[in-house]
Amino acid sequence: MPDGLGLDAYRALPGTPDEMIGPDGKIRPIWRPLLDHLRGMTPEEISIALARADQYLHDSGVFYRQYGTGTSTERPWPLSHIPVLIDETDWEQVSAALIQRADLLEAVMADLYGQNRLIASGQLPPALVAANPHWLRPMVGVTPRLGHYLHFIAFEIGRGPDGKWWVLSDRTEAPSGAGYALENRVATSRAFADVYAGQNIHRLAGFFRDFRDRLMQARADRDARAAILTPGPLNETYYEHAWIARYLGFMLVQGDDLSVQDGRLMVRTVAGLQPIDMLWRRMDGEYTDPLELAPNSQIGTPGMVSALRRGGLMMLNALGSGVLEARAMMAFLPKLAEQLTGAPLLMPNIATWWLGGAAERAAVLETPERMILSSALETGLPFDRDPPPVMAAKLGPDELARRLAREGAGMVAQETVTLSTTPALVEGRIQPRPLSLRVFLARTAQGWQVMPGGFARIGATGDPTALAMQKGGGASDVWIVSRDDVPAVTMAPAPRGPFRRSAPGTLPSRAADNLFWMGRYVERTEGIVRILRARHIRQAESGRGAEPLQEAIDALLETYGIDPASPIPQGLIDAISAAVQSAGQVRDRFSTDGWSALTDLEKSARRMAPRVTAGDDAARALSALLRKLAGFSGLVHENMYRFFGWRFLTIGRMHERALGMTGIVASLADPDAPDGALDLCVELGDSVLTHRRRFSVSTSRETVIDLLVLDPLNPRSVRNQLEHMMTQIEHLPGAADHGQYSALGRAMLRLTTDVATYPPETLDSAELQALYARIASLSDLITEGYLR
Amino acid sequence: MTVYSMQVAFHYEFDRPSGAGRQLFRILPAEIPGRQNLLHAEIRIEPDPAETAEFTDFHGMRVIEMIMPPGLTQLEFVLEAEVERIAHDIGLDISTPLGVLPAEIAAYRSIDPHAPHHFLAPTPRIPAMPKVAEYAARVTRKAVTTRESVEALGRALHRDMAFQAGATDVNTPPAQAFAQRRGVCQDFAQIMVGGLRSLGIPAAYVGGYLRTLPPPGQPRLVGADATHAWVRGWCGTETGWVDYDPTNGCFALGDHIEIGFGRDYDDVAPVTGMLRLDGQQTGSHSVDIEEAPLTPHAGGVWTPALDLPSRPRRIEPPEDDPLHDASQRI
Repeated sequence: MPDGLGLDAYRALPGTPDEMIGPDGKIRPIWRPLLDHLRGMTPEEISIALARADQYLHDSGVFYRQYGTGTSTERPWPLSHIPVLIDETDWEQVSAALIQRADLLEAVMADLYGQNRLIASGQLPPALVAANPHWLRPMVGVTPRLGHYLHFIAFEIGRGPDGKWWVLSDRTEAPSGAGYALENRVATSRAFADVYAGQNIHRLAGFFRDFRDRLMQARADRDARAAILTPGPLNETYYEHAWIARYLGFMLVQGDDLSVQDGRLMVRTVAGLQPIDMLWRRMDGEYTDPLELAPNSQIGTPGMVSALRRGGLMMLNALGSGVLEARAMMAFLPKLAEQLTGAPLLMPNIATWWLGGAAERAAVLETPERMILSSALETGLPFDRDPPPVMAAKLGPDELARRLAREGAGMVAQETVTLSTTPALVEGRIQPRPLSLRVFLARTAQGWQVMPGGFARIGATGDPTALAMQKGGGASDVWIVSRDDVPAVTMAPAPRGPFRRSAPGTLPSRAADNLFWMGRYVERTEGIVRILRARHIRQAESGRGAEPLQEAIDALLETYGIDPASPIPQGLIDAISAAVQSAGQVRDRFSTDGWSALTDLEKSARRMAPRVTAGDDAARALSALLRKLAGFSGLVHENMYRFFGWRFLTIGRMHERALGMTGIVASLADPDAPDGALDLCVELGDSVLTHRRRFSVSTSRETVIDLLVLDPLNPRSVRNQLEHMMTQIEHLPGAADHGQYSALGRAMLRLTTDVATYPPETLDSAELQALYARIASLSDLITEGYLR
Repeated sequence: MTVYSMQVAFHYEFDRPSGAGRQLFRILPAEIPGRQNLLHAEIRIEPDPAETAEFTDFHGMRVIEMIMPPGLTQLEFVLEAEVERIAHDIGLDISTPLGVLPAEIAAYRSIDPHAPHHFLAPTPRIPAMPKVAEYAARVTRKAVTTRESVEALGRALHRDMAFQAGATDVNTPPAQAFAQRRGVCQDFAQIMVGGLRSLGIPAAYVGGYLRTLPPPGQPRLVGADATHAWVRGWCGTETGWVDYDPTNGCFALGDHIEIGFGRDYDDVAPVTGMLRLDGQQTGSHSVDIEEAPLTPHAGGVWTPALDLPSRPRRIEPPEDDPLHDASQRI
């Protein structure tokens, strides 16, 4: 049997528990099926399996954003392919312990924003709360609408040297990772489909479904919407926000999509302001309202706090929940657990000492060896790089004593932590790597539910100290293996009565704006590619030369801001990038395939740019781009649901195409245009065959203008675009209330009628330029009516 | 006891019609039992706002929330009020020695709005300032009690800093104002707050007004033609909070009309929202405070004014006003 992965050579590290190898040195039974499967595969088969997972992640566009000095880049997702397998029995204990901790945190939160009994009784130092920037004063006394503050939280846990789990960090503000956990699951199950299907592994969908159902039921107003609040596409976890919004069917909104009126939160949509009743916050609380919280926030909504104060909105987690994440809280939670939950903590947290007390300072001075010092209010994970950890022992006794005396009240000491290891593929071999696990809890109708799985971080080196996790590494799926069969679950809600088609969602104005502009940029790209290709075909046929026609083409290109000398000019790439950027703002409304097609187009153009030479080579490359564009258009045309989003995308395309065609005819069908210009016109309008069939004569000014401007049946004519736009606009909200057209509808109708009744012989270039200006002005009317 | 009649007016003009905007105004004089009574207050907004509301913020300030209708070219916001101010004596210094202060702070087991704990940590507007800390330690080295330290630092700033309108704007960092030894009341107050905190003395930033004209025979106080700011230091369990005005170099005892206090300017900014005074629009802001003949209004009763060009808006006293609880006060 092949053992290309070195499975038989795998050993646990001395003194470090391993997830696959038990304390007896034997492989734990739940790992058997996966190991047997791997053992039966050839190296080629293994690399094909892993490639399937990577292909899935690549096709879905899973990425995370990484910040460097002044720049941010999107990185492919670092999947560590071997899942972490955990026995259900072990997991049940983890779940019970974390539910206890969630209840404890809820009780502390309610006290910090309510009665403050914990401070009055001396169990929490007042300074710790008052100095915490995440304790939001405007929220004091504001009770959450459903009675609970916490609804979706996470815990970072790790297994210590004794084999027991420890809590490393509480994530109560707006934890990320649940969406990535789902993506890891899909990718990993692609790689090991047989094992996944054959073993009893708990599915994740039920967790999300119950959470979503609870939120939908919790709305006070059934017409109001549920939405996810994201800081926007520049945030490192925006991908996840968009993904979860799509998965749960919630609207994805940013701060400036929202406003507050009469104490209610409203979202600006193409159909006007619509109420939002339930907001799942995926950003830090203090940035949500520049009026009452961080005044410099650019991503907030003025009045958000006001809406919460008046009970016009349910937000989860409640604003201010970040106060619980401070490291110093961990020094007090063990004692508070006994009082608030009636039992000691079922799972300990990292040993933590708040150094505001003399006894604690003395203890650190006495045994500084295994202590890490940090700010009492630090919320980062134990292995975060920022701020750098300070080892107490490295300071030297005098400096340590000085610092503790001076800054003790603002500091905590925590014991250094080591983690367990789990098998990971490193350079083709299975090797032990440390892991920490993020576990997610959601409040559902049945109380707290723990996601049966999670997000595992896998260390880059074999060093099992938590600090070594700073060096990065990968993320892997977590399989909770059951003794019994597990039920299959889907996101579909349990049937409760006859099927009803739900009304399509409304479209936030910002999303409509992005779709409109994406349509425009895609169409502009196509126009530019066609003109460039025509130029290079002619150059290939006639060799170089400053012929008049060539000059006319170059002049046309320059109106697009394109440098005609370059075969794949920067201006073309810019247009594609602009389309990708607009699409990137509406990832939640955009199919994965469409996104892949568009990013593929951008990559191809960038790849071609430095290599392609003028003439035939360029003509071919541009034809290839044109085919890719057609592929994208086909995906949109065939697959996108015909609702507001599609309408704005279509309006954008039609608008840009009408403009482009008018511009081409105005310059190339001019009586003074050089020889060959009319044929070029027809070629750019992709109407060569049609022209031949309809007129069976050589091109004349009249035939060209008739075909490209006035013919309603030619899908590239200006009139055809305008009539299509008219149809779409009539379907927009408020376009024709009580038989009365909106300003946009009126302008559209006048323009369409005028074009339909133009006699071709009177359409000279001046007339066409006037038409161009009228079409261009539609954009402002659309923007005014719907996009802001 | 003096009764002041006051008018505070904000006038804005916009270059082009503005969009709908939400504003917060923190301009109403506070109710402080035994010290300050708001006898009458009335607000006029022209044109009519789309929405108004009122709430009490964490530190007990009454905040007027207003949404302007879209398309405004100008806006006028006028507060007319009568305030009774009962002057008090600074009294003997029985404040806590500085060395004992940390223990008394730690013994204060509450984070109620008046708790000293809120006023020790640095804030975005008043970060730790090493130069100010050094200065504060130097000018207070002879002080024994906390109140002496407060007075010594306030007096030193009054001596060493020049008041100069226009030397800074609302966003000038206090460290910069200190480096140039020039600024307005906001700078004086923020520097002093930062200095006191560096000494371990809880210090709050207080917003309010000054009477426009001095009593006969006394000099006119600086900062009287706009909203004013001064400092409140916590001088131990027994003495509590003491107000000092570093711009004028005096304790704030009778001429200062308080709006409220907070950790820094952001907590007490008179106007928050798109109409901030440093915004794009042109704005003017005036404060007029004069001694009034004895009050024609019964205390605590709001009376609407007559014959106004726009619908006057009554400000209802909040049902549960934490400022009525005087136990923690001054």
